[in-house]
Amino acid sequence: MQRLIDRAKELLASGEVARVLGWKKGDLGFNPEPSYFETAESLDNDFVYDGFCGANLSKYMIEASKKDGKTLVFLKPCDTYSFNQLIKEHRVDREKAYIIGVGCKGKLDIEAIKAMGVKGILEVSGADINSDCETLTVKTLYGDKEVSYNDAMLERCHVCKGKEHQICDEVMLDSRDTKDAERFAEIEKIEAMSPMEKFEFFKKELSKCIRCNACRNVCPACSCRKCVFDSNKFDEATKANVDSFEEKMFHIIRAFHVAGRCTDCGECSRVCPQGIPLHLFNRKFIKDIDTFYGEFQAGEDSETKGPLTAFTFDDVEPSIVTERG
Amino acid sequence: MYKINKENLSALFSCIADANELYVPCNINGSVNFAAWDEEQLVDLDTLKTVKSPKDAFFPQSETLYSCKRNGKKLSITPEELQNKDFVVFGMKACDVRGLAVLDKVFLVDPVDSYYKARREHGIIVSLACSQPEEACFCNVFGIDASQPEGDVVVYMIGDEMYWNAVTEKGEKLTKQVASLLTDADEAKVEAQKASIKEIVSRLPYSSLSLEGWGKDAVLLDKFNSPIWEELYKPCLACGTCTFVCPTCQCYDIKDYNTGNGVQRYRCWDSCMYSDFTMMAHGNNRTSQMQRYRQRFMHKLVYFPQNNDGMYSCVGCGRCVDKCPIGLNIVKVIKAFEKGGNR
Amino acid sequence: MSECTCNHDSFYEDTLIPKVGVVTDIRQETPDVKTFRVVAPDGSKLFEHMPGQCAMVSVPGVGEAMFSITSSPTNKEFQEFSIKKCGVLTDYLHAMEVGEEITVRGPYGNNFPVETELKGKNLLFIAGGIGLAPLRSVINYVLDNRENYGTVDILYGSRSADDLVQLKEIQEVWMKAPNVNVYLTIDREQEGWDGHVGFVPSYLKEIGFDTNKVALICGPPIMIKFVLQGLQEMGFDKKQIITTLELRMKCGVGKCGRCNIGSKYVCKDGPVFHCDELDEIPAEY
Repeated sequence: MQRLIDRAKELLASGEVARVLGWKKGDLGFNPEPSYFETAESLDNDFVYDGFCGANLSKYMIEASKKDGKTLVFLKPCDTYSFNQLIKEHRVDREKAYIIGVGCKGKLDIEAIKAMGVKGILEVSGADINSDCETLTVKTLYGDKEVSYNDAMLERCHVCKGKEHQICDEVMLDSRDTKDAERFAEIEKIEAMSPMEKFEFFKKELSKCIRCNACRNVCPACSCRKCVFDSNKFDEATKANVDSFEEKMFHIIRAFHVAGRCTDCGECSRVCPQGIPLHLFNRKFIKDIDTFYGEFQAGEDSETKGPLTAFTFDDVEPSIVTERG
Repeated sequence: MYKINKENLSALFSCIADANELYVPCNINGSVNFAAWDEEQLVDLDTLKTVKSPKDAFFPQSETLYSCKRNGKKLSITPEELQNKDFVVFGMKACDVRGLAVLDKVFLVDPVDSYYKARREHGIIVSLACSQPEEACFCNVFGIDASQPEGDVVVYMIGDEMYWNAVTEKGEKLTKQVASLLTDADEAKVEAQKASIKEIVSRLPYSSLSLEGWGKDAVLLDKFNSPIWEELYKPCLACGTCTFVCPTCQCYDIKDYNTGNGVQRYRCWDSCMYSDFTMMAHGNNRTSQMQRYRQRFMHKLVYFPQNNDGMYSCVGCGRCVDKCPIGLNIVKVIKAFEKGGNR
Repeated sequence: MSECTCNHDSFYEDTLIPKVGVVTDIRQETPDVKTFRVVAPDGSKLFEHMPGQCAMVSVPGVGEAMFSITSSPTNKEFQEFSIKKCGVLTDYLHAMEVGEEITVRGPYGNNFPVETELKGKNLLFIAGGIGLAPLRSVINYVLDNRENYGTVDILYGSRSADDLVQLKEIQEVWMKAPNVNVYLTIDREQEGWDGHVGFVPSYLKEIGFDTNKVALICGPPIMIKFVLQGLQEMGFDKKQIITTLELRMKCGVGKCGRCNIGSKYVCKDGPVFHCDELDEIPAEY
């Protein structure tokens, strides 16, 4: 981590960058926040990069692109997909970014640790980026607990797309392979359900939604300046649900809007206060796009047209819907 | 003081539910929230905090106020029926109950909100002492005692038993209703748990948080104009998570739902974090997220106390600490100002 | 479901539940301002109010918004609202016909201190555009109780002669009232207009009032800003200047949180504020 701070200080001092976009230490040891650093002092005091820095900083680059000078941004491998996609959509300015691709050993989910029955967490050691990432020692108000690092990882790290940075100016720190599950396994399980089972599954999950918009606001693909759901012409659908399942409309429409552009960064599921596995929607779309148009990963580069924005004569016909049943 | 073996809790709930609607914390697909009890529900009294506070038992996230029908040029209005049956909210924590005292200051002052008042009158609160406070808790900072919550009945989970203590008339009435399931108990174990809770609270990471410089004596414009806000708000996503999980946030919107056969005018929770919150036809008086962010905390820590004899519009439940997608919260605000010399 | 289905046993009143009002008259004041006259379905007045107070006017299914009541409380028959066409609800209202029903709830907020502080005082009214709406209520109240007040000066400006609201009443009633001076101005030269041309703040300086007055001002924020400056240069104390604020409102009773600035709720503690009071609240208006 010190290497990152030193490099950032170097780039600030040389004038190469005007500010640094990274993560700032939280007050509980596991709640860091995205932050801009403009001085060496603030980097020394507050910068952190550890297992809890799951937040994807690429969307913050939309605002940073409007500022004077370059912004040094630290992107994890999966974050770089989002950044590429944002370049493709003309939302960020590549010239305004100095990207340090940081290594990733899998990001942790404090909610996963809590779900193991660990209460009153005061400190988590073993989350340091230099650690071997095998065991976390959790100091709590009610005694110390040991937790396997992998068991405490975010869902997205178990189906990691790989530790290669898709875009960056330099790479720092080592990564660790964390993939131990098939990306589409959960989707296949749902596909195997009967229509009624599917409906029940999503109804149960989505009726937990409180319409806080965290999933939308964190999503790098949701970069519209004004969201259709904030329109007053769409009255009944914005803040409240007329029935307990009306959220389906919000989430299904959102999934359609990001289809072909969603990189599967997993931020939606990470931030949902109710633990709704929102990534399942997007991943189903990704799987279908792969099936119909050939394998495609949004954000792999910043130029290729996505299959839903490029017309070819080989495209599937709409009738595929009826054929699939 | 009475007690009941935990094995009989289901019978107790069933007995309560015979005469009243009953809301208890339930695990629904992995997330614990207050929900209407039935035998199928997975009751979870071990999880300290429900995701949403139980405020929506009294101030629902969405409720119809009245319906309108148009017949040619004529209009008719039918007010929605008010809550007219007793209901029990079981398992509210000390912070949650105090949260209602905050809402009372808003909804029960003139002009009284009939919808909220009816629910307050018919609501019976069974509060549960927090045997295991957690890291994000700081209710003690607001003078709340997690070991002795307010409420109509206070219950304590101790070992295999639940201790039951009615403290109000409503509580006595509920106690009579379930008396056959309760046995007499002495207070020794409850007193021991209270002492244990107090000891844990003193070790909480936020327990010595200082509110100096905030509250009714705060220098409002100094706080408002502080450059610290500009530093604090930047990562804010402008979502409504903090407001929607908060037990004291009470801002609401009034909207219409066109049923195709008339219009239901309903109100729903709103968030001062949303960009359209103050939007009107001729413009918006809070155009930046910094202003909106500042509004939320200034309201809780300065404006509300100044209007309500020093009562803060925060009860230290720590839900925003737990749930903010990017790690911001009211504690960080209070600490940042402390570091900055409480200007 | 065509009959009223309310359970009359549990009938209750809540300030959020509106009254039905019938629009009995619609006057086109300017190309984008209409004045709506509203009474209860039985022909009576909907409620009593004081000058400066507002009410929530709504068309169910379209929207609800706060408007100042432009008629004077001395009018015992009806309430009037002068409404500029500038949004979804006001578009609908402007397309309405006489006889249509709307809903109204209120009155809300405080009022101009016509029965206390303003009594016996010389009054200076300064309005811009649709800003005349709340002041009209006070002006007519003052004229109907003429003996209780000193001199009355009315300075009113608009973009053009066609945008002067209530022109007929200004010419036929106000200009003819005893001890009342009316100064009209429009922003740009216009054929057929032989009156003053120029912005309100500069006309104010040209006229140069003495400070033995209370000033009541309402208009677009930019006008208020420069009028305030002008009045202070002329020696007016902020305590002598009263204005109104306008923010987004939903409940009208200080609960929904929208119009909260500092410790004030504009719907409940306002809309009428003395300018020295404004110095004590954050400038978020």
